[in-house]
Amino acid sequence: MTVLDRSARTLFLTELLSGLALTLRYFFKPKVTLNYPFEKGPLSPRFKGEHVLRRYPNGEERCIACKLCEAICPALAITIESEPRADGSRRATRYDIDMTKCIYCGFCQESCPVDAIVEGPNFEFSTETREELLYDKEKLLANGDRWETEIAANLAADMPYR
Amino acid sequence: MVDLWQGYAWPGLVIVAQIFAILVPLLLTVAYLTYAERKVIAAMQMRKGPNVVGPFGLLQPVADGIKLLFKETVIPSGANRVVFIAAPVVTFVLSLIGWAVIPFDFGVVLSDINVGILYLFAISSLGVYGVIMAGWASNSKYAFLGALRSAAQMVSYEIAIGFVIITVLLCVGSLNLTDIVLAQKDLWFAIPLLPMFVIFFISALAETNRAPFDLPEAEAELVAGYSVEYSSLTFALFFLGEYANMILMSALTVILFLGGWLPPLDVAPFNWIPGPVWFAVKIAGLLFLFLWVRATFPRYRYDQLMRLGWKVFLPASLFWVVLTAGVLVATGWAPV
Repeated sequence: MTVLDRSARTLFLTELLSGLALTLRYFFKPKVTLNYPFEKGPLSPRFKGEHVLRRYPNGEERCIACKLCEAICPALAITIESEPRADGSRRATRYDIDMTKCIYCGFCQESCPVDAIVEGPNFEFSTETREELLYDKEKLLANGDRWETEIAANLAADMPYR
Repeated sequence: MVDLWQGYAWPGLVIVAQIFAILVPLLLTVAYLTYAERKVIAAMQMRKGPNVVGPFGLLQPVADGIKLLFKETVIPSGANRVVFIAAPVVTFVLSLIGWAVIPFDFGVVLSDINVGILYLFAISSLGVYGVIMAGWASNSKYAFLGALRSAAQMVSYEIAIGFVIITVLLCVGSLNLTDIVLAQKDLWFAIPLLPMFVIFFISALAETNRAPFDLPEAEAELVAGYSVEYSSLTFALFFLGEYANMILMSALTVILFLGGWLPPLDVAPFNWIPGPVWFAVKIAGLLFLFLWVRATFPRYRYDQLMRLGWKVFLPASLFWVVLTAGVLVATGWAPV
């Protein structure tokens, strides 16, 4: 009987037909495509994207050049030089991130005592040349001004879990 | 002068016009078949497919064509230049000239020859030459292996196709394609000869090197098979040839088994629709089946492919030839 059963299945191509029926069902199912540049998926508040340097509400930059981020960076992507400013506060004269080295681990953000360096929600910062990915302090502060609203909201949303 | 015009020039012009009337819609169909393939496979994988170029992505084939046109034609330094260029031309031309004998409606055929089916069979067998010329002239191991596989595969499945055609011819008693269609006025051959229809369709998949028999271009083992060294227009010709061949094999299947331009039932709502529309609808249905099969089944292993051709299809089709002939003789249904 099993032999008969098996040969009948082979002869009438039942398995091929059930396979075809499956793909036909999928043919009419709703599609999961996201039309990317026009539609975007949700991002977690913890999403680690492009780096920014933030400022206090009064416009003073947060970074105090403690160099904890430089020390913890596993990819050695961060370079900081600092000098006391005229008013006696300690500030970075140079804050460079080599975005081609960065592995987006988020350790810089975790180590920062003043929430100055943060990885923002922006992931669309591709460039046409390598040099444009060597960010300096000016670029990072500009990023901070651009993304401050979103970053502040994200940090507030993630605060209960820290 | 008048004789020259009426005897040669005018009929010649008429034939050229008829050729264009067939080829232009055919090439448009080929272009949109590539689009349909991407859409159908995408839908079966729960994607949307091309939808950016033009409304619903309808201009995608145009964009693809322009892209191919403006690329550089690379000829490998070790290649045999003449054969290398001739191969895609041969493939493309062979996929088009088969349409000379395809009847679109009663009497609507470029050349109504009495050995139409043999002509088509010969054309589809010649198709292997383009492939093997490409593989040899490329002077590249992947291209050559792909061409060898393709040649072996096409030869194997042509035998099964030949026997299937013989069973149909036994029922018709003529090699003329119009007669074959007219013989199906009461009953399409797909119904009494259903196993043959299935064998023919599967062999057509193998003959056109389509999935799941697309071993000649198995990208996992052979990069792109015989077309690996081709670029730009030479590649476009192979591509167009492959798709035109799919349409030609679908048309042949429709003529042999699905009653050509005839409506399914010769009653009121069906026979209002003109024959060429029925013909096109049936071809479209079969082409959808081609794409559907490609989206469903994984590729055959090479030895399984050969086993199926020689140890399953050959005996099965041979058995059906004998059976059909026996039934026709015993019942006296055989055509005179």
